[in-house]
Amino acid sequence: MAECGASGSGSSGDSLDKSITLPPDEIFRNLENAKRFAIDIGGSLTKLAYYSTVQHKVAKVRSFDYSGKDTEQDHEPPYEISVQEEVTARLHFVKFENTYIEACLDFIKDHLVNTETKVIQATGGGAYKFKDLIEEKLQLKVDKEDVMTCLIKGCNFVLKNIPHEAFVYQKDSDPEFRFQTNHPNIFPYLLVNIGSGVSIVKVETEDRFEWIGGSSIGGGTFWGLGALLTKTKKFDELLQLASRGQHTNVDMLVQDIYGGAHETLGLSGNLIASSFGKSATADQEFSKEDMAKSLLHMISNDIGQLACLYARLHCLDRVYFGGFFIRGHPVTMRTITYSINFFSKGEVQALFLRHEGYLGAIGAFLKGAEQDNPNQYSWGENYAGSSGLMSSSPELCPTQRARSGTFDLLEMDRLERPLVNLPLLLDPSSYVPDTVDLTDDALARKYWLTCFEEALDGVVKRAVASQPGSVDAAERAEKFRQKYWNKLQTLRHQPFAYGTLTVRSLLDTREHCLNEFNFPDPYSKSRPGEASSPRSPGQPVSSINCGSIAGSMVTTSAEQSRGSDEQLVKQKDNGVALKCFQRVVSALDALDWEERQLALVKGLLAGNVFDWGAKAVSDVLESDPQFGFEEAKKKLQERPWLVDSYSKWLQRLKGPPHKCALIFADNSGVDVILGVFPFVRELLSRGTEVILACNSGPALNDVTYSESLIVAERIAAMDPVIHSALREERLLLVQTGSSSPCLDLSRLDKGLAVLVRERGADLVVIEGMGRAVHTNYHAALCCESLKLAVIKNSWLAERLGGQLFSVIFKYEVPAE
Amino acid sequence: MGGWLGRQRWLLRMGAGWLAAPMERHGRAAATSASSAREPVPGGPDGRRREPLRRRANSASAPAVGASAEGVRRDRPGSYSGATSASRQRVESLRKKRPLFPWFGLDIGGTLVKLVYFEPKDITAEEEEEEVESLKSIRKYLTSNVAYGSTGIRDVHLELKDLTLCGRKGNLHFIRFPTHDMPAFIQMGRDKNFSSLHTVFCATGGGAYKFEQDFLTIGDLQLCKLDELDCLIKGILYIDSVGFNGRSQCYYFENPADSEKCQKLPFDLKNPYPLLLVNIGSGVSILAVYSKDNYKRVTGTSLGGGTFFGLCCLLTGCTTFEEALEMASRGDSTKVDKLVRDIYGGDYERFGLPGWAVASSFGNMMSKEKREAVSKEDLARATLITITNNIGSIARMCALNENINQVVFVGNFLRINTIAMRLLAYALDYWSKGQLKALFSEHEGYFGAVGALLELLKIP
Repeated sequence: MAECGASGSGSSGDSLDKSITLPPDEIFRNLENAKRFAIDIGGSLTKLAYYSTVQHKVAKVRSFDYSGKDTEQDHEPPYEISVQEEVTARLHFVKFENTYIEACLDFIKDHLVNTETKVIQATGGGAYKFKDLIEEKLQLKVDKEDVMTCLIKGCNFVLKNIPHEAFVYQKDSDPEFRFQTNHPNIFPYLLVNIGSGVSIVKVETEDRFEWIGGSSIGGGTFWGLGALLTKTKKFDELLQLASRGQHTNVDMLVQDIYGGAHETLGLSGNLIASSFGKSATADQEFSKEDMAKSLLHMISNDIGQLACLYARLHCLDRVYFGGFFIRGHPVTMRTITYSINFFSKGEVQALFLRHEGYLGAIGAFLKGAEQDNPNQYSWGENYAGSSGLMSSSPELCPTQRARSGTFDLLEMDRLERPLVNLPLLLDPSSYVPDTVDLTDDALARKYWLTCFEEALDGVVKRAVASQPGSVDAAERAEKFRQKYWNKLQTLRHQPFAYGTLTVRSLLDTREHCLNEFNFPDPYSKSRPGEASSPRSPGQPVSSINCGSIAGSMVTTSAEQSRGSDEQLVKQKDNGVALKCFQRVVSALDALDWEERQLALVKGLLAGNVFDWGAKAVSDVLESDPQFGFEEAKKKLQERPWLVDSYSKWLQRLKGPPHKCALIFADNSGVDVILGVFPFVRELLSRGTEVILACNSGPALNDVTYSESLIVAERIAAMDPVIHSALREERLLLVQTGSSSPCLDLSRLDKGLAVLVRERGADLVVIEGMGRAVHTNYHAALCCESLKLAVIKNSWLAERLGGQLFSVIFKYEVPAE
Repeated sequence: MGGWLGRQRWLLRMGAGWLAAPMERHGRAAATSASSAREPVPGGPDGRRREPLRRRANSASAPAVGASAEGVRRDRPGSYSGATSASRQRVESLRKKRPLFPWFGLDIGGTLVKLVYFEPKDITAEEEEEEVESLKSIRKYLTSNVAYGSTGIRDVHLELKDLTLCGRKGNLHFIRFPTHDMPAFIQMGRDKNFSSLHTVFCATGGGAYKFEQDFLTIGDLQLCKLDELDCLIKGILYIDSVGFNGRSQCYYFENPADSEKCQKLPFDLKNPYPLLLVNIGSGVSILAVYSKDNYKRVTGTSLGGGTFFGLCCLLTGCTTFEEALEMASRGDSTKVDKLVRDIYGGDYERFGLPGWAVASSFGNMMSKEKREAVSKEDLARATLITITNNIGSIARMCALNENINQVVFVGNFLRINTIAMRLLAYALDYWSKGQLKALFSEHEGYFGAVGALLELLKIP
């Protein structure tokens, strides 16, 4: 039923063929449940925002009501799973050309089933023009909102909620875009909106902004004057002309005035002395291309100059540019950036926004939704429902360009809890979670894209297999394949299309795409061994590479309410591991102090080998079902490790105990139970408080928060140290706010951050490849940190100069 | 008669150039081939760092400016061919360390060449008798005509009478012709045997560099190249100090927006500093002047007089600056521009924007119907308004950033351009809420040339 958006639009797509065919799975999703609307009608594009609820199934983990004896029974999972319907909020944005507005309004009217709203927020220059049409078609009252207020609201919103929203343009670099990490404090900034004219707005706080200036020479000048000069009617065509032109044929340059002398004078001869200066003194025809180019430079330079003058007057160094003149057009970003750099001598930064075109719509929506307190929540970009930036070279991806010119999407999920920075980050403004920027690193990009491509077949098969009772599973899985495949192809051509490309974003995109087609967890029903079978022998191995993601607790088919009839991998793992816990702990306790410290660290690392996501591991597990914890330890690289600061760590342990340790756990089962908990136990014994942070939602076979509660409870029943620590709140379990196998320390659950501050955490332990290698490897914290992982991907191991199962043990103490 | 920026095609048709000398195309090929794949850079004609240039300019000008007349001779040993060495005037000049006649100051800009000529009126009969023929012919030619060939114009109304310069009394004449006629001018110098006069040509503007070699090889004339901003400021300060034949040089507009009440009133620039100087030629240079020799170039823009006229030529087919301005005076820019009220139905109160303000220059031209409904006059007017408003806006921002409230607009863009001047006056006053004052000067475009002449005479 969650597929309603797709089926709904599919069935009535026919009624629209008078003007357009709406791609049924793409456009106006979840319209039936739309609760609130906002519309931003610009000069040529309309952006519609609507807020609707999406129903999806989530797994609820519940501990069995057990007596101590029950746990001794073999094969009894330690908890049960029930599936519940959950409703989450999602913001949808659709962008289409104004020409289609009537068809789109008809479509909306036909599909507006469950809405109770009576008004639609409208902004943009066209709001006035189309007011009557909207009111007539939708039977909603149009509530006009101030354009600039909406724009600023939208801008603040994306800057706060979308990672890698802002980017700078870099000439002559590949890719040309460099994304910025979200600055914790976005204010104050300058917004230069280049619509038909130019507005320069200084934004000081969420609600305070001031129009400080403007210019009448803007996009309308380019378009209007360009149309007069070249007889070319369309804005995009004018830009095309400009990108082919030579402005030096039309402009009078310094070298035209100074002759060759500019060189000996140290002057830059290609400075434009007078725009269109040559068209005044020469008797000749000028090409359309040359005139368009000259016009583009004239306008871009002028705007850049004014922006710099205003930035200087107000002591601001960040200038965001928006408006239709910029909107994803590399040629205008290039000229504006050039101008800003020239006039500010590099002191002012020209920034652009990925979702710039949606700011007005987002803002209008937020205006209308004020009673819902949208700012209380955090929002996350849904990669499945987001459009990419346009290609810098239109020839590269003509179909995509054509598409995004017609329809464009953006979806954002409301996260129920606000996300904030980890207070222990040394410098939140420079923190970058991801270790490798795949937009930069072409070799790594190629590897990972291929890796995800090759794994796609397996994922599709598993998705289908996970829903045996569903008649349309195959069809949906195929749509998923298409969508994810297309995204991967887009990324091959435009690595920057969705912001910075990282292993993390590739993974998250896949998860979002799966969810989109109602496969919240395609691996719940299959065994890891089966997953690896369809893959080709030469396929690279990665910890995140899909093939074999261990089942999370979610079951997806409606008829199934309990997962216990299938042996779910994590459940089983946890059950087995719990049985071993006491034996492992006794063995550790038998060791002398120094031996025990090494054994604990090895335990953490060995536990980390238990990662069903990595094919190398699942192969070992399959070939030897008795593969145990001790054997995993033997697999580990001998010291000295690939990265080895163990001695320093041991030395530290001889000193005073830490006040409080924050530990980010990785995998379910052996990892958390036999690796993390004994380590936690030792810390507690030393007098260190422990905050154990686990994922809020399932990802691969990572331990989830709800799972960790049960595991802790079960261990507490066996172990007095854990028991008393839990009771006395010296051991605290929290959720990270994330459902990713990677870790973004700038977007963590607010509760976690509050706790970290309250308890004065002075040690952060991050384990696993996803959290400590793919992300955070270079993260600088203002307290001690321990990053440990076993490299379970031979390509990555080789790249780091090691081998499969090489060990990373990185203990860092901040300077001073 | 060719005017400012007389177009080439017109000249060719007339077959006449400066002093009816044969037209010679010059520099065009070099200019157009200069296009490069490199990123173009915005900026005024002199968008460069001040310091190196000033050093260089000083050393370049040292022979003529820093030294005495003997120094000049010493620097040009080969050119002194010893004609009438006993000439009393010459001896007198040498004794008074005064350069030989004729006294010229030249400013070779991107579009126009500005020439100031000092005509001595205190020539004694004896002196006249001894005056060499070529010098006499130059004097007679320049002073008895108001137009030279088809494109040279003497701005008679600007002539400064009874001026004393270096102990000589005379009149200062202001002459202009298009830069593309520079080759013809040099050719005339050759034909009239200027080099035999042993005079020094003090020249400023980019053309001083561009044409230096031609002056030397064709006209056997050594140019003394001078920094254009130095000259500009010297010229302004000097001209303001001598007034305008008893009237004030500097003026402003009262009620600039009101055609009936608008008045041009003299302004006493007794406290000139600090001063923002906006020189609008083909491009625009903006200088902050703190004292006679303390100034800096703040910025510049490539949207200047050349842009106005260039766009007008493309949009209306006009051929002269005068024609462009005449069309503009009859046009209605609100048909072309999108005003605030066109978008918001009135004032945009949220931002305090009046409905009459231009929201988007040429914004209405996005619509096909409106493109078909405008006249050439409307387009010329809109071009003028666009460029002028933009200059006003940049000047205002610079004034704010530099904390200066007197803004003097000069340059030939303002010649016979009351529309632009009134608009600048109004815009500056309105947007600064009365804090900034726009000032203008009668000799708007000639200050560089005057500065060059002063350098020749070493007048501080």
